[in-house]
Amino acid sequence: MEYRFETKELSVGYHKKPLISNISVSIAPGEIVTLIGPNGAGKSTILKSVAKQLQPLGGSVYIGKDAMEKMSYRELSGRMAVVLTERISPELMQVFDVVAMGRYPYTNRLGVLRTEDENKIWQAMELVGISNLAKREYETLSDGQKQRVLLARAICQEPEVLVLDEPTSFLDIHYKVQLLSLLRKMVAEKNMTILMTLHEIDLAQKISDKILCVRENEIMGFGTPEEIFERETIKKLYGISGEVYNLSFGSVEMPRANAEATVFVISNGGSGIPIYRKLQREGIGFYAGILSVTDVDYQVAKSLANEVVLTRPFEKISQESIERARALVDECEEVLLCELYTGSGNEKINELIDYARTQGKLREQKGLVWQKY
Amino acid sequence: MKRETRQENKIRYGMVFAIMIFLMVLMVVLNINIGSVPISLKEIGKIIFGRETESVAGRIIWQIRLPRMVMAAILGGALSLSGFLLQTYFNNPIAGPYILGISSGAKMTVALTMIVFMRNYGYASSGILIVAAFAGSLIAVTFVLYLSKRIHNMSVLLIGGIMISYICSAITDFVVTFAEDADIVNLHGWSLGSFSGMDWGNCLVAAVMVGVIFVITFLLSKPIGAYQLGESYAKSMGVNVKIFRVALILLSSLLSACVTAFAGPISFVGIAVPHLVKRGLNTSRPLVVIPATFLGGGVFCMFCDLIARTMFAPTELNISTVTAFFGAPVVIVLLLRRSGRAN
Repeated sequence: MEYRFETKELSVGYHKKPLISNISVSIAPGEIVTLIGPNGAGKSTILKSVAKQLQPLGGSVYIGKDAMEKMSYRELSGRMAVVLTERISPELMQVFDVVAMGRYPYTNRLGVLRTEDENKIWQAMELVGISNLAKREYETLSDGQKQRVLLARAICQEPEVLVLDEPTSFLDIHYKVQLLSLLRKMVAEKNMTILMTLHEIDLAQKISDKILCVRENEIMGFGTPEEIFERETIKKLYGISGEVYNLSFGSVEMPRANAEATVFVISNGGSGIPIYRKLQREGIGFYAGILSVTDVDYQVAKSLANEVVLTRPFEKISQESIERARALVDECEEVLLCELYTGSGNEKINELIDYARTQGKLREQKGLVWQKY
Repeated sequence: MKRETRQENKIRYGMVFAIMIFLMVLMVVLNINIGSVPISLKEIGKIIFGRETESVAGRIIWQIRLPRMVMAAILGGALSLSGFLLQTYFNNPIAGPYILGISSGAKMTVALTMIVFMRNYGYASSGILIVAAFAGSLIAVTFVLYLSKRIHNMSVLLIGGIMISYICSAITDFVVTFAEDADIVNLHGWSLGSFSGMDWGNCLVAAVMVGVIFVITFLLSKPIGAYQLGESYAKSMGVNVKIFRVALILLSSLLSACVTAFAGPISFVGIAVPHLVKRGLNTSRPLVVIPATFLGGGVFCMFCDLIARTMFAPTELNISTVTAFFGAPVVIVLLLRRSGRAN
């Protein structure tokens, strides 16, 4: 198999002190590889080292069959382009001029643009949606716009390997999605190889062909998102405990309120989620039920509730579950009833509701609905 | 629409150049025309195109006014270009040879050299003074570079440059205090900056040196442009940054050394002119800015020299007095704009 980009026992760091050693990865043409890991782990250090911005402390980097250490900056510039986190402040430069810098390896000695170059510059600007900004002064742009200008610059450099350090920072959700689809498109159309870092691990999971997990002083794993996004790896990588990060949704929940439960929330089908979060914000402990593991409410309840009363999915609610729920209701001062889907499977929930009502604890929470169908 | 955008820029560049060439012509005429000895335009035409060098008026024009004017143009251009290069290097519009202490460094070594040579040989040739000025510039630049490695805050770095400037001035003053009057008779006038007393020989040396450096700088426009995006991006576009940075510093030091050697330290030209030119062109593209800065610096110094020698004639002002008068407000405006942006 022919690889587009390879590192062999690469060791990176500053001031001759290796931060991470023994990095050996091989990336095929047309693959997107994302580096994830906690702050300060060395993701950017790796990117800088493979982009010849930082002297590697050992091992080697190959582009195709060519060792990078033997390539001049000039040779490398025709094959690799970068977008860095470093802020630039070019004085009085129009957006067009910044993007045009991407043609540097292809223009003549004085850097005069040919028609062909100009066309490629406009194409790149259109691709990232900034052609209307062409005449604007770079320094007057917003951070998100600047990010896209720098991306356009890298694109019109026409590299084989594109290195992006946190390309989604400063971008709003719309442009995040747009950028990532754009990357997929470039990989598909131009057979480019992309190496990048992302902080949004949910996005990394969705866009990457391979994921490289970087923890302090070590590479914790390299593989497909299916292999990497397994609960223990992510927990270990970021040193987070409990149910803070939801793997299926890539969403983050705040840590559970550290308080005795005083509220019981009855909900299903998502109606409980906003209530759970509200209670967590106010520092109130609560129980949730009666849910099956297939219920969307369960995904959040397992992170936030002191206890979730469960029942087997797609079966009638068991007597055991009802009794457990009653016991918990007894402990609580209040029972919040959210919008509920009921049918033959969960009709027994009404017993619990009646029980709460007779105790005078029931309060209905109509209106605050997660999603209307 | 696409082409129009590019076309608009080109029209603007053309207009700025046209205006500067017009001003240059105007300065040439005024500089030859105005002076303590009035010479009519008709006479000037006859003297210049008839190559009349024998008459009194002819001598005044050929041996005093013309070489002085040519020198002001060349050195003014050199100074502005030096400023532009330093601003690129430090990525700071307020960097310049005078502020960073480069001129003071040159002044210090020139003073030392002058004293040593006058005492031992009775003369100091312009070649030797250029070498001395260059060495002094490099000493000052080395200090600034050393500081810049440790200090990343540009305003602090500028203060460092100003301190270097004071140290060099202190050493110069110290040496001058204990020197004999005969050795430093030229130094006082020189150290305040003046274009007076230039001959064609000086002009030739300056023209060759500045000309060569100008061409080299112009050929470096492409990497200079890349460097404006910062060191890392420059590297990623294929610039060998290490070599390039050394080249930038050498070129700018050579330029300011050349100026200092001939005309003494001249303030503010290096900051004010590149800024005005870039604003005028509304770009910092080196390919246009380098020639425009050079031209603009020439015009600016011709203008300042004209004022220096005619405003209070027969008393002549120091050139720095005039350049500071017009240049310093530009720097203040620059500072205000920058802090406005930071907020």
